[in-house]
Amino acid sequence: MLACQDLKIEFDRKQVLKGVTLAFPAQKISAIIGPSGCGKSTLLRAFNRMHDLTPGAKVTGSVTLNGVEIYHDAEDPVLIRRRIGMVFQKANPFPTLSIFENTISGLRLSGVGNRGLLQEAAEKALVDAALWDEVKDRLKSSPMSLSGGQQQRLCIARALAVDPEVLLMDEPCSALDPIATSKIEELMFRLRERLTVVIVTHNMQQAARASDRTAFLWMGELVEEGETEAIFTSPKKSMTEDYITGRFG
Amino acid sequence: MTRHFDQDLQELKAGLLAMAGQVEEMISLTQQTFHERSNPIAERIALLDKIVDESELKLDQTCIDLLALRAPFARDLRLIASSLKIVPELERIGDHCTNIARRALILNPQPPVLKGDALRRLGEETQSMVRRAVDAFINGDGAMARQVILADDVVDRLYLQLFSELLRGMLADPLCIERSTHLIIVIKNWERIADEATNIAEEVLFILEGVNVKHRYLQDPPKH
Repeated sequence: MLACQDLKIEFDRKQVLKGVTLAFPAQKISAIIGPSGCGKSTLLRAFNRMHDLTPGAKVTGSVTLNGVEIYHDAEDPVLIRRRIGMVFQKANPFPTLSIFENTISGLRLSGVGNRGLLQEAAEKALVDAALWDEVKDRLKSSPMSLSGGQQQRLCIARALAVDPEVLLMDEPCSALDPIATSKIEELMFRLRERLTVVIVTHNMQQAARASDRTAFLWMGELVEEGETEAIFTSPKKSMTEDYITGRFG
Repeated sequence: MTRHFDQDLQELKAGLLAMAGQVEEMISLTQQTFHERSNPIAERIALLDKIVDESELKLDQTCIDLLALRAPFARDLRLIASSLKIVPELERIGDHCTNIARRALILNPQPPVLKGDALRRLGEETQSMVRRAVDAFINGDGAMARQVILADDVVDRLYLQLFSELLRGMLADPLCIERSTHLIIVIKNWERIADEATNIAEEVLFILEGVNVKHRYLQDPPKH
């Protein structure tokens, strides 16, 4: 389980997250929703220590993965990012590497050089990302020859190749058409069987149909969190209700 | 800022209010046709039933359109989903009024069977339940919706009282069996209207509070 306790994040003394406590159960898809600037992406990025190198960033509180503090000095951020993978809003394959090399780039960085192992891992990751059938005959091609949806699934394959425990997705479908979006969501459902998935989305319909739990953030604070069905049919807080019905935000 | 969607929801509410008004007029006329023994009023009820049926079709389509085009959540979703349930309840109330009016056409020329005012009270209590259920919907009044749910017991008691009276009358005088049988159907229709008012009140509570209060016996542990 991924969890944060009283997590506060500031950039140049401007507080963006104001003490968020949340748990993301294993084998569940958790959605984080909220208006622009509420701190959704900041929260997500904190889960694989992406603020470590941001000048002026200060993270306090606790983030644990299966009970182990990931911000502990003894924890290597590179190893943390192997266990907690991330997919971004815009697909970002390495343009000069082939589809195959993109898929195994994380493994190469980790020092894996065995060709057989790399081929096996690439095929498994591409199958897991539901992309294998579409690219198996052109693994040496440039990823830029793929559609936007395929590029995004390639990025998911790249994250999966290092066998993470958690997959963080920051608006992964915002640039995709409904069919490509549907493929990513189906993929999320399959990945849920073995991973913790956390998705940030602006799309209320996506949060409703593709997540098990939903957390609503507003101005850096957690307003409400719970089962997605409950949040979208009978939220407890009027602020959540106003946001998901489009009355503010 | 007023959302365009709010206007759509207001139109849905207005449509439901209009349909409820048609149904309330049917109930009022049903009372009248029975107690004033007036056949022309019964014919007016049949006409209103057609208008209520048309309202049902129109509101069904409005709800489906809003679900498809607006993908609503939370209170908006509850309002539309419950409207889809309230509309057929209102339509069925109209059908029950038509059934009662048909029996009135048969019974009006014949001597009355029942003594006392229990039948009138059954109609009045039921009419009041429907009116209050509709008011609770329009005014967002959860307390009134709860009163309607409680009032169903009053109607059930009146129904059972009248049923026993009719049964006893038939045993005592076989000549009144035909009229009494029609009256049993009449009181059953009133009782069903009260049930439908209760269902509407339950939907109102779901819209307002997001809590499903139906079939509470399934949720509450049995008492020993």
